[in-house]
Amino acid sequence: MRELRGIGVSPGRAAGPVLHLAPPPSLPSPPAQVDAEAEKDSVRRAVALVAAELTRRADAAVEDTAAEVLRAQVLMATDETLTDAADAAIEAGSAAPHALAAVLAEHRAAFEAAGGYLAERVGDLDDLRDRLVAACLGVPMPGVPSPGHPFILVARDLAPADTAGLDPSVVLGLVTAEGGPTSHTAILARTLGIPAVVRCTGISQLADAVVVALDGGTGAVSVGVPDGEAASVNAAAARLRTTRAASRGPGRTADGHPVALLANIGGARDLTGDVEGVGLFRTELLYLDRTHPPGEREQVEAYAAVFSALPGRKVVVRTLDAGADKPLPFLRLAGEPNPALGVRGLRVARRAPEVLSTQLSAIATAAAATDADVWVMAPMVATPAEAAEFAAACRAHGLPTAGVMIEVPAAALRAPAILRDVDFLSIGTNDLSQYTFAADRMCGDLAELLDPWQPALIALIAACAAAGTEAGKPVGVCGEAAADPDFALVLTGLGVSSLSMAPRSIPAVREALAAHTVAECRQIAKAALAADTPRAARGAAGRGAAG
Amino acid sequence: MPERTVVVGSASGLHARPAALFVAAAAKQTVPVTIRTETSKKPVPARSMLGVLSLGAKWGTPVTLEASGDGAAAALDELAELLARDLDAPDA
Repeated sequence: MRELRGIGVSPGRAAGPVLHLAPPPSLPSPPAQVDAEAEKDSVRRAVALVAAELTRRADAAVEDTAAEVLRAQVLMATDETLTDAADAAIEAGSAAPHALAAVLAEHRAAFEAAGGYLAERVGDLDDLRDRLVAACLGVPMPGVPSPGHPFILVARDLAPADTAGLDPSVVLGLVTAEGGPTSHTAILARTLGIPAVVRCTGISQLADAVVVALDGGTGAVSVGVPDGEAASVNAAAARLRTTRAASRGPGRTADGHPVALLANIGGARDLTGDVEGVGLFRTELLYLDRTHPPGEREQVEAYAAVFSALPGRKVVVRTLDAGADKPLPFLRLAGEPNPALGVRGLRVARRAPEVLSTQLSAIATAAAATDADVWVMAPMVATPAEAAEFAAACRAHGLPTAGVMIEVPAAALRAPAILRDVDFLSIGTNDLSQYTFAADRMCGDLAELLDPWQPALIALIAACAAAGTEAGKPVGVCGEAAADPDFALVLTGLGVSSLSMAPRSIPAVREALAAHTVAECRQIAKAALAADTPRAARGAAGRGAAG
Repeated sequence: MPERTVVVGSASGLHARPAALFVAAAAKQTVPVTIRTETSKKPVPARSMLGVLSLGAKWGTPVTLEASGDGAAAALDELAELLARDLDAPDA
């Protein structure tokens, strides 16, 4: 048995035969002579087939955005100008697949030349071309295969068109050669609860039907697993799912030390199941794609919808987190050469103070009208002075519990000073990684630097947690890292008092905590802190967890 | 030929959902309608998703609709009204 290694991005274990995402078809050499009428018919049949297939995928899509992309693709496929231009190319001597590919290549060039949003959509055109060419050639359309039995899906990377309608009972696990912890593949896998490993070198070379077992926590992929072992891996995973589905109640270690398990949400509709509270209520959704900021009354309604669903429970509202990377037309922020380092998060309030004051006022009104325990925090805080100013603004609006996100290393290093003025800290591990390692979150090539098990990241979290313990104030974690059950033990051992994650991730973390005492968690945290590499940190924590 | 110039009202511009809604509405008209921007080389059929997308019209871009024949005025009114609205809004 051979072992491959990638980055685990969606925890859990799964085993099964590998199937590769069907590759894009290659164009045969152009025929010397074509029967124009037959080729035109072929174009029409291909268009009908592809439109039907994309419509089917759109209907089965789990997310609205994926469905919209697919429906837009259907409109492109059935566009009469496409058929007309293909007919003209056929009249000029092309065969159907070559004609369609040539016409779409022209549109692709136009999209690229337009830049911006359109340039980002060339992937949709490429997908459409591959589908139309495959349909003309009578070969399988590229995409997720449907062999009639469960399998492990292997791909270079996955696009929304590939994954819309992915069925977790058939696709047992995902392994990709590219992508990163924040890639579409990773996010989708976590949403669906499918174990996944990304950036796995060597996976593309495996033949179809080779049996592999993957661990979406550690990133390990074993190749050539005997069938019996594969069956027991899946049986254990199924038992785990059943136990987890029944898991309830607040987060506690084996010896009863409480660690609040909270939900990350973007609005009332994300509240699923029974949660202790909300550790991160992202308010950006209200503002996105707007030419004017939402009015105070509209905001009060949106906040009250969340607060009233959680009477007596904690809801941590993060004020608007926007900037040149998530541009909002009404802020009219100029293009910045390096948006991640520009005017974003709380810094936006320097330019547009009224946006923050309207939001705080709306949160206060909604909080007063409901029984939730409302906390407020600001994103992208770098200094104690910024933190103090934000806390004062919250209190002036009648919001008693004010905190800040720790995403910038400068803030982590000055956590004790920040805690003199605010009531709590919440560590955003994704951005804290990006800024600590000077590694763009969206850059798949740097995924290894963005691994939350990097000892330098753990050291910054430890410093914040220690400052919280010293000040007697809560320090939570609301990044993706909190959802990794092993990492949750490290965080608990460091003194982190709450973990906030996608609601689906809570049961696994609850279970990991219940199986360990605080003393064991501290031991594990110590071992992880002493490690020199992420792999060593994982290993050390694993040994600690076992012992 | 009857024309209407209108400013794109959708926050995200004339792509994705707004473009799909516009193209679908144009396909329902009884007369052919074309659309162009100040910078586009030539007008494109309003019912062509590929053509409408490649205009790259953003929020605030003026676009001109053109049609002729019976019902041209009504078609232009309906489509111009649609373009001016924010089709990204949840109730659109």
